[in-house]
Amino acid sequence: MRNWRARTAAIAVVSALALVTACSSENEDEGSGGSSGGTSGGDSGSPASELSGSLAGAGASSQDAAQQAWMAGFQDANPDVTVTYDPAGSGAGREQFIAGGVAFAGSDAYLDEEELAAANERCGGEVVELPIYVSPIAVIFNLPGVESLNLSAETIAGIFNQQITTWNDDAIAADNPEVELPDTAITPVNRADDSGTTENFTDYLAAVAPDAWPHEASDVWPVEGGEAAQGTSGVVQAVTSGEGTIGYADASQASGLGTVHVGVGDQFTEYSPEAAAAVLEVSERAEGRGEHDFAFDLARETTEAGTYPIVLVSYGLACAAYDDAATADLVQGYFNYILSPEGQQAAADTAGSAPLSADLSQQFQAAVDAIGSAA
Amino acid sequence: MSTPPTNPATGPAESLDTDRLPAHEDPGPQTVTLAAVPLTRGSLPRHAARLVLLGAVGLGAALFAAGLGATWGAVLAAVAYTVVIYLWSRSVEGTRRAFDRFVTAVVSSAFLVALVPLASVVWTVVDRGLARFDTEFFSYSMRGVVGEGGGVNHAIFGTLIITALAALISVPVGMLTAIYLVEYGRGALARAITFFVDVMTGIPSIVAGLFAYALFELFYGPGVRMGFMGSVALSILMIPIVVRSTEEMLKLVPNELREASYALAVPKWRTIVKVVLPTAIAGIATGVTLAIARVIGETAPLLITVGITTSDNFDPFDGRMATLSVFSFSQYATPGIPREAYFDRAWSAALLLILIVMVLNLGARLISRLFAPKTRG
Amino acid sequence: MPSTTEKTPRRGTVQRPGDRVFAGASTGAGITILAILAGVAAFLVIEAWPALWASDEEMPDGEGLVLYVWPLLFGTLISATFALLIATPFAVAIALFISHYAPRRVAVTLGYLIDLLAAVPSIIFGLWGAAELAPLTVEPTQWLADNLGFIPLFEGPASATGRTMLVASMVLAVMILPITTAVVREAFLQTPRLHEEASLALGATRWEMIRMAVLPFGRSAIIGGAMLGLGRALGETMAVAIVLSGSAGVTFNIIGSGNPSSIAANIALRFPESSGLDINVLIASGLVLFAVTLFVNMGARAVINRRRDFSGAN
Repeated sequence: MRNWRARTAAIAVVSALALVTACSSENEDEGSGGSSGGTSGGDSGSPASELSGSLAGAGASSQDAAQQAWMAGFQDANPDVTVTYDPAGSGAGREQFIAGGVAFAGSDAYLDEEELAAANERCGGEVVELPIYVSPIAVIFNLPGVESLNLSAETIAGIFNQQITTWNDDAIAADNPEVELPDTAITPVNRADDSGTTENFTDYLAAVAPDAWPHEASDVWPVEGGEAAQGTSGVVQAVTSGEGTIGYADASQASGLGTVHVGVGDQFTEYSPEAAAAVLEVSERAEGRGEHDFAFDLARETTEAGTYPIVLVSYGLACAAYDDAATADLVQGYFNYILSPEGQQAAADTAGSAPLSADLSQQFQAAVDAIGSAA
Repeated sequence: MSTPPTNPATGPAESLDTDRLPAHEDPGPQTVTLAAVPLTRGSLPRHAARLVLLGAVGLGAALFAAGLGATWGAVLAAVAYTVVIYLWSRSVEGTRRAFDRFVTAVVSSAFLVALVPLASVVWTVVDRGLARFDTEFFSYSMRGVVGEGGGVNHAIFGTLIITALAALISVPVGMLTAIYLVEYGRGALARAITFFVDVMTGIPSIVAGLFAYALFELFYGPGVRMGFMGSVALSILMIPIVVRSTEEMLKLVPNELREASYALAVPKWRTIVKVVLPTAIAGIATGVTLAIARVIGETAPLLITVGITTSDNFDPFDGRMATLSVFSFSQYATPGIPREAYFDRAWSAALLLILIVMVLNLGARLISRLFAPKTRG
Repeated sequence: MPSTTEKTPRRGTVQRPGDRVFAGASTGAGITILAILAGVAAFLVIEAWPALWASDEEMPDGEGLVLYVWPLLFGTLISATFALLIATPFAVAIALFISHYAPRRVAVTLGYLIDLLAAVPSIIFGLWGAAELAPLTVEPTQWLADNLGFIPLFEGPASATGRTMLVASMVLAVMILPITTAVVREAFLQTPRLHEEASLALGATRWEMIRMAVLPFGRSAIIGGAMLGLGRALGETMAVAIVLSGSAGVTFNIIGSGNPSSIAANIALRFPESSGLDINVLIASGLVLFAVTLFVNMGARAVINRRRDFSGAN
């Protein structure tokens, strides 16, 4: 009896082990043996590529979908490479990058002075900071029969600050003479979690409508009592499920909901990748930073026609010099791919981001070219 | 049906059915009174309850058909059944039986009401989860997948590896602790351990995750992620459950077995290994399996210790691993385009997780049956 | 009886090495548990320390730690309490139905199914609550706000999305139902058969038998099961984070859009994007949660342990 039990247990353990060893995913079997952490070498049959090894990044979850696309594209071209991106959050990403835990990071805000000093120290030289991901933030609402509304920054601020409480308020009606507005109560929906989307949205409101928006830019939503939902999905779901709701979310997830045309100057602009990318063109680089540090102070107040000022700009952080040449090559290769037209297009397809203009890409390319090893 | 009481021995019957008799009335002319009172009450026809239920359901269905919502139909049917059966029974069977039927109706409807959300949860998950139950889902990882397609092969094995490691840590520690508490422990240490095992059951899962992260950060520096960290976090949650269930099972082993073994000069440790444990093994196995089922779906602690990756990684000591729960969460939390593809994967992963838990539970039952000793303790 | 089991190996025979090893290993395992717990507690205190001594201005909202944690604690307590109030009667009803009403074959299956639900990942309950349950409550809560608005709980204005404290409590109730039911059911099933048969033999109806034999026997288990459920509800993270719209401070209004968040949900929502002192503050709030769940579990155990005399081993 006991022997029988022991044998059963042994068989179970062995078969479990066998299962575990023979379990690689089908899509990773083919090509080279680059699975299992990407430690094994390449073999024939794969396209010529000298890059191999693994590269770890961490940071903003806003970039996650785009990073997935870039990883997929980059790994496709370099089958021996495994790139991971941990959407742990911008703060965690910056911290881990500075501490040397990851080779590159994604961040919804550029490094502040203290962090910049620390990052420069970590890199033993200059830090490379590039706005690789520009995504329009759509102001979405759910009002039966209304597909789009024109709202000025002051009105948006008033709505989200809970000063404008019904949809047929004069401020809304004045900008939308042709729309029949119901007297439904407005339920503003905001992110419950700390997020770069909130930071960029509040930054916009604080910059453009300081009278109607008495709060500072922050990644924590400053107004109490609104509807709070977790993550982009949560906000979209809350806006969809309620009537008279209005929220802000990554434009890529806005399909099916009413969207706001935002007042810029005298006109109202609908969000579009081109209009969002145009903001970077009219923005100034932050001063007093390194040659390869493309931190932008966004021109939220721009009155230029055809720009959509509510954008999330998310940076990629890397070092200009790495201790080990292999990492440097990988980072350089990866950022090259990100800046390439294919990379930007892949992100646009998957994450709805705005592709960088050729002009900007060219500027950034210089910084990527500078990445090397500090040997 | 009535038996004329000829002697005072009818006392017990009277005391049982006090509410039917005018209690303690003038005992003088009792022969006449008692003769008029039947000793047993009439009862409803055998299929009365079923017929009333059928009628009530019919009423509910009619109301539903008449345009009233399904909820109202069901509620009214339940109320109608309860009221009708209570009144009918009260008129025929008396208040006590009527109240019994009333309670039966209430308990049963409460049970049904409670099943509604539970069934709804399962239905939602099955309904949405089946969308991606194809071969690609089980054989692919997410490496190189954007938008539609992709699978969870990497997450399935990640979950299994991490949970198995957690079990590997928790089961020996938990079982030995339980053995200590039941067989050896006396005095302050045993009391302290009992108390702190209780405390441990109250550790919120996210705190366990934070702890594991802080612990490994000490050795590996910031940003460390590895499967084993997740196992440590899970075992913090799992150990108290294993201790508790093992302890309960060991206590059920009758002392006579131990004493018989001692009487044959078998050392205590052999008594435990050869007599006590085999007797309790079925219950212990069930307890362990349920403990595994309890932690296998944890999300929060794994999110901050193991992270997520798109590629196969089956080495729990090196880097991020994918797990089904975190996979489901991250697909839901950061969708790309088209977002339905991401949500489908999230629901399918959740459904798969439930199925795994179900298989584990079934396995526990099987083990209980296979290993149960011939004689019940 | 205990004296014989105690003394036999010690006095009558030589202490064998095997005994010593085995006793040592099991004692060691027990001490390991103490060490782990001490580690968790020490970690929480050390990490929370900077937040405890930081000045008010450094806090996330500039008002001090107590004012930061209090609404969260309030939200935690109120959601868990309502969950408990909803779940306990249903748990008792389910346990009674399975143990004393349903046919045996059905009962076993039902018990199995409900046990299974205890293991459904909490994120699923969260997604279900937000996607399925919340929209259903919009109209009823609107009605409550219109007609019963004088009760502080239903003060309104009602939420337009249904992601309210009420729904969060209901989701939590559904989540703790299986675990509470399991505890209560086990106790009901252990009611001495003789007690039940005796009361039936005396002519009691089924309900009278339950009231006189089953419920008194299971009373401590009901309390204990409820407290265990409360413990789980207090520490629940993902479901609350997804379902609840936690955007306001202390309020008793359970049907509005502004609700106090809960400690665990707040940690999950804030932790990823936090750094520096904010993390210490979050961990300090975790310490508070740890203390609260500790008290609840201690209470539950104290009640359950009252009927601990049925063990074969002591």
